[in-house]
Amino acid sequence: MRHIISVLMENEAGALSRVAGLFSARGYNIESLTVAPTEDPTLSRMTLVTTGDEAIIEQITKQLNKLVDVVKLVDLSEGAHIERELMMIKVRADQAMRDELKRLADIFRGNVIDVTDVSYTIEMTGEGHKLDAFIRVLDPELIIETVRSGPLGIARGSKRLTL
Amino acid sequence: MELTGAQIVVQALKDEGVEFVWGYPGGAVLHIYDALFQQDEVRHILVRHEQGATHAADGYARATGKVGVVLVTSGPGATNAVTGIATAHMDSIPMVILTGQVPTPVIGSDAFQEVDTVGITRPCVKHNFLVKRAEDLADTIKKAFYIAASGRPGPVVVDIPKDVTDPNIRIPYHYPDKIEMRSYNPVEKGHLGQIRKAVDMMLEAERPVIYTGGGVVLGEASDTLTELVHETGFPITNTLMGLGAYPASGPHFIGMLGMHGTYEANMAMHETDVLIAIGARFDDRVTGKIAHFCPNARIIHVDVDPASISKTVRVDVPIVGQVRNVLQDMLRVLKERPQKSDADRLKDWWDRINGWRGLQCLRYEQGSETIKPQYAVEAMYKVTKDTDFYLTSDVGQHQMFAAQFYPFEKPRRWINSGGLGTMGFGLPAAMGVQQAFPDATVACVTGEASIQMCIQELATCKQYDLPVKVVLLNNGYMGMVRQWQEFFYDGRYSHSYVDALPDFKMLAESFGHVGMRIDKPADLEDAYREAFGMKDRMVFIDVIVDPSENVYPMIEAGKGHHEMHLSPHLSSDRELA
Repeated sequence: MRHIISVLMENEAGALSRVAGLFSARGYNIESLTVAPTEDPTLSRMTLVTTGDEAIIEQITKQLNKLVDVVKLVDLSEGAHIERELMMIKVRADQAMRDELKRLADIFRGNVIDVTDVSYTIEMTGEGHKLDAFIRVLDPELIIETVRSGPLGIARGSKRLTL
Repeated sequence: MELTGAQIVVQALKDEGVEFVWGYPGGAVLHIYDALFQQDEVRHILVRHEQGATHAADGYARATGKVGVVLVTSGPGATNAVTGIATAHMDSIPMVILTGQVPTPVIGSDAFQEVDTVGITRPCVKHNFLVKRAEDLADTIKKAFYIAASGRPGPVVVDIPKDVTDPNIRIPYHYPDKIEMRSYNPVEKGHLGQIRKAVDMMLEAERPVIYTGGGVVLGEASDTLTELVHETGFPITNTLMGLGAYPASGPHFIGMLGMHGTYEANMAMHETDVLIAIGARFDDRVTGKIAHFCPNARIIHVDVDPASISKTVRVDVPIVGQVRNVLQDMLRVLKERPQKSDADRLKDWWDRINGWRGLQCLRYEQGSETIKPQYAVEAMYKVTKDTDFYLTSDVGQHQMFAAQFYPFEKPRRWINSGGLGTMGFGLPAAMGVQQAFPDATVACVTGEASIQMCIQELATCKQYDLPVKVVLLNNGYMGMVRQWQEFFYDGRYSHSYVDALPDFKMLAESFGHVGMRIDKPADLEDAYREAFGMKDRMVFIDVIVDPSENVYPMIEAGKGHHEMHLSPHLSSDRELA
């Protein structure tokens, strides 16, 4: 089962490596991990996507909570939540392809954010499967480079992950 | 008060009430050593290898319940300490390890004696810190002691770059009385609803077993546990780390459980219908094959660490809290209940347990020629039982024989590396215990392989007049390795014979201690009496024991509690379902 876990942690040097080290030391899967400071500069918020059965996810959340730098966490998969991922994808865009690529980007609500006479760079957000779908509709020959942020998650409704 | 960083480190230790620091100087900690030199409140014990410093501080912590403190330099000083830090981590021992670091401006430049200490120790500490400013020293040290000693205890490393202790920079000093951390709040009390549920389950039990581990010792809960055992009349088994939490002579004690546990303890585990696990972590050496573990039991688990609960074995009633608090609440709820355990049902259960006890699974035959290692431990018990006695151990057969044959009546008296299984632990740990209790009788039971891993600490014992008694069960082999090779590798004794042994008697004498060598069973008791009678001397007793002896009972890795190999003396080796 795929789980998306949000972690509030002290914005301290080394906090990220404690989490990464925990996952590698205990053999847990980690699909993606993103982290940045929050509106409170002393706190970072991490979103990580992992897979495992119920017992493993329970251990993961307990072990994360045990890290002294971890302030609070929530397994977003336990309730209704929203996920978004950002992708930037650089594609070959010669004269013959430019219109088609622009139309495809529009359909997926992507924006062309950088243009040269041979390439477009398209920015797109959405759930992971939407970004996957966009990649699938492109001729692989056209793709120069992709970069993805990994998912961010937030619970639906007014409840919040806070101190 | 304005102090230099180095003075702050030393003053913080004083304010923390630290009596002893075990350490070894080097470039990055010279400022701190200079500050130590100029005071006499905190006593520094100079070891001969940093591993010895960590084990000594660890032994001190295990025997006293206080935080053990270590001071080592950067680079090799820190890496040499890692084995001892990992040892403490696996057994949840409160320690603070101060490590020197290269000056902040050169961190990351592969400077002389630089390693990433915070990175190297991260997986084997409860927490660690790199202090980048002298202004942060006092608060960080306070946090380190608080984290080390609270909740589930453990070692905390504080890495201090040399410029942070610069003798030319003075800053105001204030040591906080109390520290609050929003990200660290260990649980104190257990959930009362869960405790009531547990009590219900205990009262319904037909074949209950109480299984306790190191958490009861660390959590100062022995008295409460003993009261609970007597209140319920339930049988109790201890893990290797939990020995002494309930007196071995107590009527309800059924011995240690697990790989080399007693027949009665392991059979009771296999047959129990309600298992009450307290301060124990279902280690693989205890559970055997998980699929066969307590197949008929509902399980109650009390532990201060939520991550220990349902980690390897699913439990039915988890209770997170300080063991002592939970047991007190449990006792109170139990006493309020009008109904009691059904005495008849419990009697049936005890009859079965006593049947298993009747097998006398630890029986061995001591002939007149060679000393059996079991006898070497039993004779030591006979000679020391009326003294204020602490026993440390190294790792291997001798450790198991000591656990099986030395009955511990009190907690904190049996000091060994259970989780990490660190050879070399015993001698320095004994130094730490002896330092804490100068008038106590402190012995280290060891093997000829283990002792050589930290044998240089014999010099430390001499320098500080520590009259530790080393009882070396010398069988010429890494006994436990040899035993596995005999059982599982058709007797191919690959590199388990410890060739080219020194003459330990002469070796001990060359360090200025008393050396003895005993190889006749008839001489052993008198030799012990003589050795343990020398209150102010370290005595190293080289006991030549039967090299072919194995530790029984034994559960092979991957087998269940009911699949024990028993000693060939008892009967044909059989599996009992």
